[in-house]
Order: sequence, then C-alpha cells, then structure tokens
Amino acid sequence: MLQATDVRFAYDRQPVLHEVSFDLVAGGVLGILGPNGSGKTTLLRLLGGLLRPQSGRIALDGSDLREIPHATLAQRMAIVPQETQLAFDYSVLEIALMGRYPHLRAFEVEGPEDIALARAALAETGTAELEDRSFMTLSGGEKQRVVIASALSQFGRRAVDAADTSDGQAEVLLLDEPTASLDLGYQLDVTATLRRLNTERSTSMVISTHDLNFAAALCDRVVLLRQGRVLAAGPIGDVLRPDTVRALYDVDAAVERHEAAGHLTVVPLTRRGDAAPGGRAGR
Amino acid sequence: MTDRPGPDASPAAHPPVPAGAGRTRSFSLRRRLTFTLAGFGGLALVSLLVAPLIGPTPIALGRVFDPAIPFADNVDAQIFFIARLPRALAGMLVGASLAVAGVVFQALLRNPLATPFTLGVSAGASLGAMLVITFGLPMAVAGVPAVPVASLIGSLAAAGIVYAMATLRRRGLSTTVLLLAGVTLNSFFSAIIMFVQYSADFAQTFQTVRWLMGNLDVSGFQPIIAALPLTGVAFVMFATLPRALNLLTLGRDSAAARGVDVLRTQRVAFLSASLATGAAVSLAGPIGFIGIVIPHLVRLLVGADHRIVMPASACLGAAFLVACDVVARTAMAPVELPVGVITALTGGPFFLWLLMRRP
Repeated sequence: MLQATDVRFAYDRQPVLHEVSFDLVAGGVLGILGPNGSGKTTLLRLLGGLLRPQSGRIALDGSDLREIPHATLAQRMAIVPQETQLAFDYSVLEIALMGRYPHLRAFEVEGPEDIALARAALAETGTAELEDRSFMTLSGGEKQRVVIASALSQFGRRAVDAADTSDGQAEVLLLDEPTASLDLGYQLDVTATLRRLNTERSTSMVISTHDLNFAAALCDRVVLLRQGRVLAAGPIGDVLRPDTVRALYDVDAAVERHEAAGHLTVVPLTRRGDAAPGGRAGR
Repeated sequence: MTDRPGPDASPAAHPPVPAGAGRTRSFSLRRRLTFTLAGFGGLALVSLLVAPLIGPTPIALGRVFDPAIPFADNVDAQIFFIARLPRALAGMLVGASLAVAGVVFQALLRNPLATPFTLGVSAGASLGAMLVITFGLPMAVAGVPAVPVASLIGSLAAAGIVYAMATLRRRGLSTTVLLLAGVTLNSFFSAIIMFVQYSADFAQTFQTVRWLMGNLDVSGFQPIIAALPLTGVAFVMFATLPRALNLLTLGRDSAAARGVDVLRTQRVAFLSASLATGAAVSLAGPIGFIGIVIPHLVRLLVGADHRIVMPASACLGAAFLVACDVVARTAMAPVELPVGVITALTGGPFFLWLLMRRP
C-alpha cells in the first residue's frame, strides 16, 4: 500500500538516499534498520510527505504523495517522532485532540465526537486515565504512548465523515526510533502497544530503528539501510543474519531465535578490529 | 468523571461514536472561551471606564454620562472624553497588541522567553525615532508626525531584515536564524543609537531617552485612529492562527504531519506579530514586559490552548497597561512617570517569581 520506487534524496547536494525501493503491504510492519546517519529519519520524513524526493516516487495506494492534499494524507498517515518536546504545557487530552486537526474545517471547534475519538485513542494506548495530566509531567514511556494516541486520533472517522469517504482504507503509522530514548521497561510498554495496534486494528507501520532486537520483536519485514543504500530487504527471518549485521554495523554478532521471546535476538559480540570509531567502511 | 470510554470499550478498528459521547465532562471549548472572555473582557472594559475617572481633577461617572447636562457645559464629560479617554484607549490598543504579539512570537519561536521585541522590531523602531529626534528632521510632514512614522518604518525594516536572513539560505523559515538574527540586530541597532547619542546634544538625548521609556501621552484620538488600520490587519491575521500555533508547539514535523501548512503559518505569525508590535511601538514607544508577563500569566490561569490564550491575553494586556498608566499618572503626581517604568517595575519581579515557581 505504501510504495517507494527508486527514491533519491540529497540535502544541499549532500546525497542521503540512493535509489531506495521497498513496499509496505497493508497490515504489515516494516522495519528500516541501519546505523546512525544511514538515512533512516530522512527516509521516514520522505514517506510522511514532509520532504519531496529529488527523483523516484512514493505512492500511497497507487497515488503519488505529491498529489494527495495535506489534510487527506494526514487522515490516513501519521508520524510519531523519536521525542516530543513541548514549548508550552498542554493536557494529555489536548495533545490527543491535536490529531483531529485534519478533520476540522477552518475555525471549527472539536465536537463531542472528536473528543470521544481522542479518548478512544488514548484508551487504545492505555493512557485514558492520564487525560487530565499535564503532558510535561509524564514519564518518557507515557509521553510516547500519548503521542501515539494523538497520531491514532488522526485516523478516527466521525459519523458525518464516514458516509462520504470510501471505507476500509488502511492507516499507516510512521515511527521514528520510537524507543530510542526510553529505558527498558518503557521500551517493552511501547512495543506491546504497537503490537496490539497492529493485531487488533491492523494498523500498518513503518518503524525506523537501530535497535535490532526491538525490530525483531515487531517487524515482519525489514529494509537494511547503509549509507543511503538498501543493503538487503525481505522477511526478517531471511534478512537478519550475522553477515548482514556485520555489514551494517561492523560488529560480529550471534543471531538466534529466543524461545521465551518468540523472535530472533541479536547479541553483539565484538567490534570488528579494523573499524575505528566513526570510520566505518566507505566513509 | 462519569462514563468515559474504558480501555475495553474501544478497540474496534473504527469505533462507532455514540452521539453525545464526551459531553459528560466539561471540556467544551466554547464554554471555556465564553467564561474566559467574559472575565478578562469585563476586566478590560472596567479599566477603560475607571481609568479616565482617576486624575488630578476628580470627576464622577454619574455626571459624565448624565444626559441632562449638555456636553458643552459638562466639564466632567469633557475631561473624561477629551482629556483622558484617548489615553486609556491608546493603553488598550498598545497593551492588547503587545500581549498577543508576545504570545505569537513565543509560539513561532517555540520559546517561552521570546517577547515582541526579541526579533529587533523595537530596536528598529527606536533607531527610526532617534534619527528623527536627533537630526532635527521636521517633526511633522504634511500634518503627519514624523517620529511615529519613522519608528514604524524602522520596526518594519528590522522585521524585513530578520525575515530575509531566516529565509535566504534555505527553503522554509529557520526559527533559529530568526532568533539569532533578531538578537544580533537588537544589539547592533542599540550600538548605533548609543553612537549617535554620544555626539548628540543634551536636549535631543533627553527626548530620545524619554521616548525609549514608553509613554501613552497621546494628544487626542488622531494617533489612535492612525494606528488602527495596521493593528486591525494584524488582528485579522491573528484570528487565523490559534489552532495552527497549538500544533506548532508539538514541533514542525508533527504539525506538518497533521495537515498544518507550517510555512504559511510561520509567515502569517511573523508578519502579523511584527505589524502589531510596530504599530504599538510607533504609538507609545517600546513598553516592556507586557509581551512576556501577560502571556505567561494567562497560560497559568487558562491553560495553553491558543484559541483561549490569544483573546484572553489581548484583554488582560489591555487592562494591565491601562492600570499601569493610572499608576504612572498618579503615583508621584503632579509628576508623570513613564508607563514603561511601571510595567517593568511590576512585571520584572512578577516574572522572576514565575521563573522560580517552575519545577
């Protein structure tokens, strides 16, 4: 449903992505893996329509992102950044209601339906009882789940709108390193929330991360990105191997299926001797 | 806190929404807005009515509005309407403009410490006014007083320079460059002002310093009427901003991903806040602290939603400046203090207290 074809992108002639192609199927969870600086965040911003590729094409259900109006796109696709820092303090419910923006006309005020949808979204991420709390006082994991709820409330349809939009259009959540700034417990909270959204709502997701174990716990397919090029892509069981981990991070690692976890796990063993810090192959 | 949807009431893919759900709690924005506006608006109105009653010559509100006395014989009404009302109206216009401009600049820069003067608008205005005063240019050209016009031109030129800097090197608007360019321009213009002042004579320096202190001593309604069109345009633009500014608080990408046209919002915010500030400063000089104290006080009282913060700040800013001006006129009567001194003397300690109570 979300398709990237030969996408190239450069910031001020500094190339970031070279001919990146992949396909997210409806209901799938696609991981974009790679070291820092490999172009993951740029790719995610391209997928979300925040940047335009210099060449190539990104399409949602066959239509080029450039041809989809901002508000229409925002009703089907939402972005969760790595961290959300507020300049001013809003309540949790107010944050969730901000997801209703693409559904409101100019000067329209959120109605009871919008409030109910925002509350339902909070409930889906297990943050319903926080709605009166100030966002700034939440823990990192709570914040991230509230931001996910705000993204979910972008998808909610009011009874009035449901009639005139073609139903059954799937929704896509783009998550940029959603657990990178969280400690272990909160990482598991967010992982569980995302997994539940995928199984219960069949929300499609693209997750950028450098955390291989987090990716292994959630993603069914992955794209390995190194210096802006696709190193390998496919089902996670096929792609996540010791040799691909070595190529990606210059690290020797054991990749094994963990019975209790129920998915592949990666245990880093040694840094490859010839790779000085910051001096990865090809730099 | 009654029947809000629990965690087990919702997970269906697109949950059907029962009509009237959510009415159980009082999150009605319209009601909050009505209550807030009634409160702060009432305060502004009271200040407008009470301020002209206070002064060296005591007058009575009953006599001012007594229809039995013809205006020509009603000294109380003459003092109220001719001598003192323009000053109160100027205070309302300037207070409202600076307070909302402060809110908008803080949201645009995502920085709670921004003020209407952060981006160099006031320094530009001061430079313009100082040049006219010092170089003895005609104080009025074709009946238009030169100092307000020069300060308006100075403020808009400063805004133009800062905006050009922030958009020159990249697509979009860099708020970091905006902030740094504004702060730099402020110091640079201040240096020019000091340089010129150093060589100016005593009377001109005195006049410039007086202007820099801020003063609402307008003579009649003309200056207010002259400032109204610009202020009006700014406030019409303000009206389109609140919801987009709320989302901008989340960050540029998050706002854009929710359908906000970020660049357009930033442009409208910058232009409207600069216009309002420029008009206010040309009318009364750079009156400090309103643009930072009022927005923070309002957020403390009503929350962060700009749909409420912006109108509430306008009302409270108006009431606060009119009240400060009453103090400025009466505290050391018959000597009049510059109102900028009063706003800074009351606003400064209050703001320090605000900073300290932050966890």
